Amino acid sequence: MRNSDEPLSPERQGLRDQLAEGYQMIGKSPIKVDAMAKVTGQTMFADDLSMPRMLHCKILRSHVAYARILSIDTSAAEALPGVIAVLTGAAMPIPFGILPVSQDEHALCLDRVRFVGDPVVAVAAVDEETAFEAIQRIHVEYEKLEPVFDPTTAIENKQEPLHDYGDDGNVHKRVSMEFGEVEEAFAAADLVLEDTMFFEGNTHLPMEQHASLAWREADGRLTIQSSTQTPHYLHKAMSKVLEMPPSRVRVIACPNGGGFGGKSDPFNHEIVVAKLALMTNRPVKIALTREEVFYCHRGRHPVLMHVKTGFRKDGSMTGMHFQSLLDGGGYGSYGVASTYYTGALQTVTYKVPAYRFDGVRCFTNKPPCGPKRGHGTPQPRFALEVQLDKAAVALGLDPADLRLRTLHPAGGITANWLQVGSMGLGPCIEKVVEASGWKDKWGKLPAGKGVGLACSSYISGAGLPIYWNAMPHSGVTVQLDRGGGVAVFCGETDIGQGSDTVLAMVVAEVLGVDLADIRLTVADTHTTPVDLGSYSSRVTVMMGHAAFQAAERAREVVARSVAKRLEVPAVRLRFAENRVFDVQDPENGMPFPKAVQVAEAEHGTIAMAGSYTPPASPGKYRGAGVGPSPAYSYSAAVVQVDVDLETGVVAVEKIWVAHDVGQSINEMLVIGQVEGGVYMGLGEALMEEMSYRSNRFGVHKIPSMLEYKSPTTHEMPPVETFLIESPDPNGPFGAKEVGQGPLLPMMPAVANAVFDAVGVRVDEVPVTPDKVLKAMQAKDKRYGPKSFPDLRITETMRVKTLEQGGDGTAPRPPRAEKQEVKSS
Amino acid sequence: MKPATEPDSPARSKVQMILRVNGESHDVAFVPHKTLLEVLREDMRLTGTKHGCELGECGTCTILVDGVPRLSCLMLGLESDGHDIRTIEGMAGACGAHPLQTAFAELGAAQCGYCTPGFLLAAEAVLARDPTPSRATLVEELGGNLCRCTGYLKIYEAIELAAARMQKGTPDA
Amino acid sequence: MMRLPPFRYHAPRTAAEVATLLAGEGPEAMIVAGGTDLYPNMKRRHQMPKTLISLRHVDELRGVQMNGAVRLGANETLRALEWHGALKERLPALWTAVQSISTPLLRNMGTIGGNICLDTRCNYYNQNWEWRRAIDFCMKCEGTVCWTAPSSSICWAVNSSDSVPVFIALGATFTLVSHEGERTIPALAMFGEDGIEYLTKRKDEVLTHIDIPDQGTARSVYRKVRRRGAFDFPVAAVAARVALDGDRVADSTLVLNAVGPKPVVCEEAMAYLAGKPLSDEVVTEAARLAGRGAKPLDNTDHLSMWRKKVVQVETRRALEALRP
Repeated sequence: MRNSDEPLSPERQGLRDQLAEGYQMIGKSPIKVDAMAKVTGQTMFADDLSMPRMLHCKILRSHVAYARILSIDTSAAEALPGVIAVLTGAAMPIPFGILPVSQDEHALCLDRVRFVGDPVVAVAAVDEETAFEAIQRIHVEYEKLEPVFDPTTAIENKQEPLHDYGDDGNVHKRVSMEFGEVEEAFAAADLVLEDTMFFEGNTHLPMEQHASLAWREADGRLTIQSSTQTPHYLHKAMSKVLEMPPSRVRVIACPNGGGFGGKSDPFNHEIVVAKLALMTNRPVKIALTREEVFYCHRGRHPVLMHVKTGFRKDGSMTGMHFQSLLDGGGYGSYGVASTYYTGALQTVTYKVPAYRFDGVRCFTNKPPCGPKRGHGTPQPRFALEVQLDKAAVALGLDPADLRLRTLHPAGGITANWLQVGSMGLGPCIEKVVEASGWKDKWGKLPAGKGVGLACSSYISGAGLPIYWNAMPHSGVTVQLDRGGGVAVFCGETDIGQGSDTVLAMVVAEVLGVDLADIRLTVADTHTTPVDLGSYSSRVTVMMGHAAFQAAERAREVVARSVAKRLEVPAVRLRFAENRVFDVQDPENGMPFPKAVQVAEAEHGTIAMAGSYTPPASPGKYRGAGVGPSPAYSYSAAVVQVDVDLETGVVAVEKIWVAHDVGQSINEMLVIGQVEGGVYMGLGEALMEEMSYRSNRFGVHKIPSMLEYKSPTTHEMPPVETFLIESPDPNGPFGAKEVGQGPLLPMMPAVANAVFDAVGVRVDEVPVTPDKVLKAMQAKDKRYGPKSFPDLRITETMRVKTLEQGGDGTAPRPPRAEKQEVKSS
Repeated sequence: MKPATEPDSPARSKVQMILRVNGESHDVAFVPHKTLLEVLREDMRLTGTKHGCELGECGTCTILVDGVPRLSCLMLGLESDGHDIRTIEGMAGACGAHPLQTAFAELGAAQCGYCTPGFLLAAEAVLARDPTPSRATLVEELGGNLCRCTGYLKIYEAIELAAARMQKGTPDA
Repeated sequence: MMRLPPFRYHAPRTAAEVATLLAGEGPEAMIVAGGTDLYPNMKRRHQMPKTLISLRHVDELRGVQMNGAVRLGANETLRALEWHGALKERLPALWTAVQSISTPLLRNMGTIGGNICLDTRCNYYNQNWEWRRAIDFCMKCEGTVCWTAPSSSICWAVNSSDSVPVFIALGATFTLVSHEGERTIPALAMFGEDGIEYLTKRKDEVLTHIDIPDQGTARSVYRKVRRRGAFDFPVAAVAARVALDGDRVADSTLVLNAVGPKPVVCEEAMAYLAGKPLSDEVVTEAARLAGRGAKPLDNTDHLSMWRKKVVQVETRRALEALRP
């Protein structure tokens, strides 16, 4: 497990020996600890909660894209029988936001609305119907401002800026950095490719619509139960806006009915119901409509990209210059991190000796974009993997061979100073190439049929927290009781990925108890140690380490007492099958409950804590906070398509995917995440997009389950999944992430397969039938953006790579390191 | 929403009726324009039936009406008069979980679990008609239930496992 | 939660009682059968009828009768038709259309009469009240302009029924009953010229049944274009019926739907086909002629230009499928 300078106690050495003899739990597939509750309808999601005297909240939202609020008249709403409270932004003037550098949201708009759907007034009433009616009686007078709907216009700064902060005008963030000498790299290349590509925005579409219930406790404290992936950050935002000490605010995250990143910002409606609960001294609930969920958004940024890459004849890269222009929507959200992420992970899959990244995020009058599964990296991954396919064709190489020749070495440091650990991309590629029959298919299938290959990598948690602090990213407490029960406390939130089960399995592995003897208390800021949240694929690695440490410490105490009682050296003790015994004489032992009693008699109540902080990253330059991770996962996929030559309709026939997860904690859950990622990626590749009516004030064109196209059973092809286990030294039991990485290869693999099938390039996501047809009819056999705007980069930070003798710093020291954005 | 009627409109007075839900008769009072989804969740506290759009566009609120899967968001509470309603809460019996529930749990067919009640009831109806459904049948018959987590594959596997066990007469492993 | 506005609710037992109630309640009453079209519309406040007259107890409007001809009760569920083995064998095009409607769950509820009377659809219209307020409403509901075609004097909401083009192609008739009596009209005559007045059925009439004449040796197919294999309404659809004399077309009907406010009978293409074999050349030309009648605009899923192209491809494929 973790490297540590302290010498191991005999008790801990005994655990190491026990794990080396084989896992009891890790890598197996016990059913999820919450599975039976979910299949019997007992799981209580946020909207399933209700309380006596509960009021219902509805929010009046802006019906204009961009305007100043001149006046708000709520008198008619207040007069409606059944209306208990009406709330406007004036009561909550303190701004909030997920990132310290983007505190640009208000629970209800103060002076300006920035997109159709921005919240303006809230009503609490005795039932939802009355609240519905009340918000219609509110009159808001607006002075319309000229809206901007796309970043290529926004970057010109001709409109009144949406916000009074940012890099200039509507440019929220501008980044430029160069590692090594990119121009020299292009000069040394045999082939230089330049591509402009576009990735349309899309959204999470969790099946559960966001809901929250807040109330004031009898002692004046505030409690909120909410469908949030990040109770800790919600806790901070609530405390800030409501001006209550965090110790008096309790946030409980309900099980999330799907998150995918869409519930990882603190949301206006959460603060609104809390404020209304304080005002009325009654519980207040809000359950958003599906349309409102589209306005919460925080989904995939639309990104226009330009990528220029130098290749040698053997397919290896000499250098890359990547430019991205992000359409941020109306607020900051995670956007600064998203911007960095569009430039961060290009380097961890294949060797890129010299690398330059320029990125700009603009504000536009649309719902805010943020982190969706893959956060900022699927867009550049699409561009990179499609360009590699083009390079292979241009160089006369098999795309699989080209990739295998240029893999980034395990344990190496990338040009942009990311520390790669275990690296199983090679075996992933080999596996899908073999299983799919790639060598017999690529370039050889009849017209209309094709195969495409693409790869990806993703972080297993961000190396730095969202707000600057030196505290652990995850904490777990393990408390043993005399009956043999194990109570485990952790702030983590299960959003369906199975983190509760991972938590229980890690503790069960260490203590040798049944999962049924483990009782979890999670995602409650009142009772559980902080875990930063279910985002950036961080939970298994970070919570896993913390849980291991806590359980190991509890085991140590028990082992010490049991060793004395049994008169056996502690190093020989084993904890398995609810017993503690001598490995050399298994009959000599005692049941686990008895062991706990022996230890408790000697030491008192046994409750131990564990925590985890990721290792420091070698990168020290400004902006180095985004990209580092304890470990990187790797995926490769082959997609086989059938393209209708007359209509351009793309049917995906089969998918082979391999994922390097380091080590599965629960293999069934890992495969479930791979399949789910494949599904969501396929939706993005083929049909999902957020589109807006710029002809009608920027309304969302299709805010419904019917018209936002999520693939049905009919669109989901058979998937063959392969797990590659290359244990990472930084992962608990060697585990790495799986929740996000396997989504990423889908979009480029589909585009590459369409090329193999019909010989055209669709340099845009989604790959829709009309684009395929247009490409087939185009002279250059391509559909995609034609130009890329000037990002007006005036200053580029230059960092020497390791090969150049750099030390991870930029020549000029960072100006204000502590205010910098650190992660996703 | 557009204002509908004044809150004291006569159309808002409650009707009282007996609903047959999960084999038991319940005396329930609700306004006539409430959907069965709302009656189940709000007036009977049977929150196992979830909702994702309330417009018939996702399948999350699926229940069984006389054994036939229907969208509870698109039928009135009034319209369930005289019918046998089955929700997820009625799927497990006194002697334990339904084989479909067990198989969904064992094979990881429920990730976030939000669409799960709808899938389970739709699947129960499929098996009632076709005890050994092909993959093609499952694709077709479950086409009205959206899931964002699983990609449907583990759901198919779980139904197939349950079907095999039900054929053999063994409730679980 | 999207909720229904209040209404009064009646559930009579016979078609005659329905007609009497409709006459008594006046134009603010609406009929509800499966509810799968009306209830979502009511939740979005497209329609807010003061009274709903439910057909759920009107059993005389259910059932399938088959001799040479076929009679369908308008109140029969789509699912019952889908699972009617003899109907599938006799009228495969109708079966294909019915089976392609939305989802199994919705077909368990929705009725064939409901699909015929399906409200026209438009993505400027099928939105909730607040959304429509943000665009200043539209001609079809509470506004004055058709945002799909702002200079247009008519509403361009799309007839999105799957069954309607098939009924027209098969030469079906619809029977409507009111307190004044009964009338039977050819299927095509049911549909008006614009997305607002899309039905010629009067508000006091109830559609009771559909009669499909004996098809003789004529064969039919239905082809539907949509994004996904379930849920989605057609964005282009074609129903084709061909009676052959040897290898030549004796008689044909080609009907397009979901490419405008009204189903389109492709007279020019039908005239062209008469007496010709279904050769590659002929089917291609007939499809080209048929495609002229399609006027898809930007108010459904998929690009309108693409729909315009694809409707030709699908028409050709439909004809190819009817070769001897």
